[in-house]
Amino acid sequence: MNREIAVVAFAQSDHRRTSDESSEVEMLMPVLHEVLERTGLKTADIGFTCSGSSDYLAGRAFSFTLALDGVGAWPPISESHVEMDGAWALYEAWVKLRTGDADTALVYSYGKSSPGSVRDVLTRQLDPYYMAPLWPDSVALAALQAQALIDAGRTDEPALAAVGARSRADAGTNPHAQLRGSVPQGDYLVRPLRTGDCPPIGDGAAAVILAAGERARDLCERPAWIRGIDHRVEAHAIGVRDLTDSPSTRLAAERAGAFERPVDTAELHAPFSSQEVVLREALRLGDSVRVNPSGGALAANPVMAAGLIRIGEAAARIHRGESDRALAHATSGPCLQQNLVAVLEGDPR
Amino acid sequence: MSAVLKAPLTVEFPFTRSVGPVQSAFLTGLRERVILGVRTGDGRTLVPPVEYDPVTAEEIRDLVEVAPTGTVTTWAWNHAPRRGQPLDTPFAWVLVRLDGADTALLHALDAPGPDAVHTGMRVRVRWAGERSGAVTDIACFEPYDGDPAEPTGHSGEFADAVTGIVARARLDYTYSPGRATTGYLHALAGHRMVGERCPSCRKVYVPPRGACPTCGVATAEQVEVGPGGTVTTFCIVNIKAKNLDIEVPYVYAHIALDGADLALHGRIAGIPYDQVRMGLRVEPVWTEGGRYPDHYRPTGEPDAAYDTYKELL
Repeated sequence: MNREIAVVAFAQSDHRRTSDESSEVEMLMPVLHEVLERTGLKTADIGFTCSGSSDYLAGRAFSFTLALDGVGAWPPISESHVEMDGAWALYEAWVKLRTGDADTALVYSYGKSSPGSVRDVLTRQLDPYYMAPLWPDSVALAALQAQALIDAGRTDEPALAAVGARSRADAGTNPHAQLRGSVPQGDYLVRPLRTGDCPPIGDGAAAVILAAGERARDLCERPAWIRGIDHRVEAHAIGVRDLTDSPSTRLAAERAGAFERPVDTAELHAPFSSQEVVLREALRLGDSVRVNPSGGALAANPVMAAGLIRIGEAAARIHRGESDRALAHATSGPCLQQNLVAVLEGDPR
Repeated sequence: MSAVLKAPLTVEFPFTRSVGPVQSAFLTGLRERVILGVRTGDGRTLVPPVEYDPVTAEEIRDLVEVAPTGTVTTWAWNHAPRRGQPLDTPFAWVLVRLDGADTALLHALDAPGPDAVHTGMRVRVRWAGERSGAVTDIACFEPYDGDPAEPTGHSGEFADAVTGIVARARLDYTYSPGRATTGYLHALAGHRMVGERCPSCRKVYVPPRGACPTCGVATAEQVEVGPGGTVTTFCIVNIKAKNLDIEVPYVYAHIALDGADLALHGRIAGIPYDQVRMGLRVEPVWTEGGRYPDHYRPTGEPDAAYDTYKELL
């Protein structure tokens, strides 16, 4: 089936360093209620539900099944889960809607990094034979990529600091962001990356509602139509890759139609300042493109939700009439291992 | 409501993983201080080697020895090593392209400081004293200013080849259970059983999880239930669990506390295991200083009629 699918609503929590007082479902539930309220839909009206999360973050086994309590999943609903960022849950929901199996989908994701040490937790996603036994944490791997960019003459430490500063300044107008306004660049965490080059560690949740065709127009004044969406992965050994480039992002963007016409806005999921340098080039974003008006992942990076938030933020700008054609990007894994690109458009005004 | 509960939580898991023929040769080689790569169809040599070409997905099995010396292709200075990392003193993470290889291996470089490290510098392997056939058989790299070392000419065939690794993982958390469970646990410590009622369907959940799974809304109203309850169903446990000081056989049961709309589970004691039955009336027993019931015991009341608990099975 060739149906047009749109993002018709987006909601997110306030992203904070800790959320001790809430379980994952308690943190997620207000976001689910808010996104449903925006469309007037109830759980029973939703054709398909898909979520993204990882139990390793908070150390709570099967937390995604407990999170379903917040949806109201009994009697049984049509539901799926990915152990990935919610952007990939959105991809699965998009496919489901394209097949005609459902007309609406609820997509949500959440991450509580505060109970554990996310730098160490993320080592467990690495190659178990050659990498994981060395416990190379997420900042260390990003720092290897940043140094490769500096060696190639593509950036330097002041330029990286400027990426972080711009992101947090833009986040000044984003009440959900964790870091807003002026934040010290700080000391080296793993050289050449300083704390200001790295994302804040925190907890948060996000949710999106997708709808097909006329249903989307019923639910939203100006739907954010998904003109194309694709995701691609790099070789998993980082020593095989050119860390200064992201061919998977470029290919996903090409397949999503990103290069057919210029976009006015791009929400990039670059948890480290150096990764924005790679993505801007792979996506051929000129100076006229507004990059991460939300502040991006350097202002709030709830792991497993930060990618979905990029799609939500891009769509929300279209809903509000602040963008006509926006690109949203999500990443997963070390050094931009896997990348998803979506192109969203509003109807002509 | 009292303060948020927190407790340390350690998750440990030793995964036993098998290896394929190429990984086996590489890891066995490390044990024998030989470094093997694998040749791709287009003549590149991958180190560390993989079983399938990352570009073409072609199966690759052509092993080739490379030197234990190489060149740093990128690096990052780690002034604060973390648990499990190769060195416990400050070191550089490095990607090293070994002489004879076309790709780079991730490891640590032992160097006096960041000023002593640069991309393009020459390094060599420092072998671990005890080697078992793992990537940690390379203790780290160290600076090296000599010529490329000559490979030994090894065939890649070993006696007693490595067939697997044990990947040990440990993650430490400070766990907090959230609002609803915190309230439940605080009440338990005071020898009270407190559930929460759904504002929509009015069901009372014990233990409460903060949300009604039918309605998808927050439960908030606290409701004291029990302490008496009814065994709705049970099983007899005949296998002794590790680290659990309970004699088998014992009975583990679903118990519908009076006033609750969902059964919880607990151990039944104070009655021979083969006399436990559906409908048995029980109550919780706290041991001295216990923060939660240790087990449930019969109250001596007549059994509950099936109709009173059939919806809670």
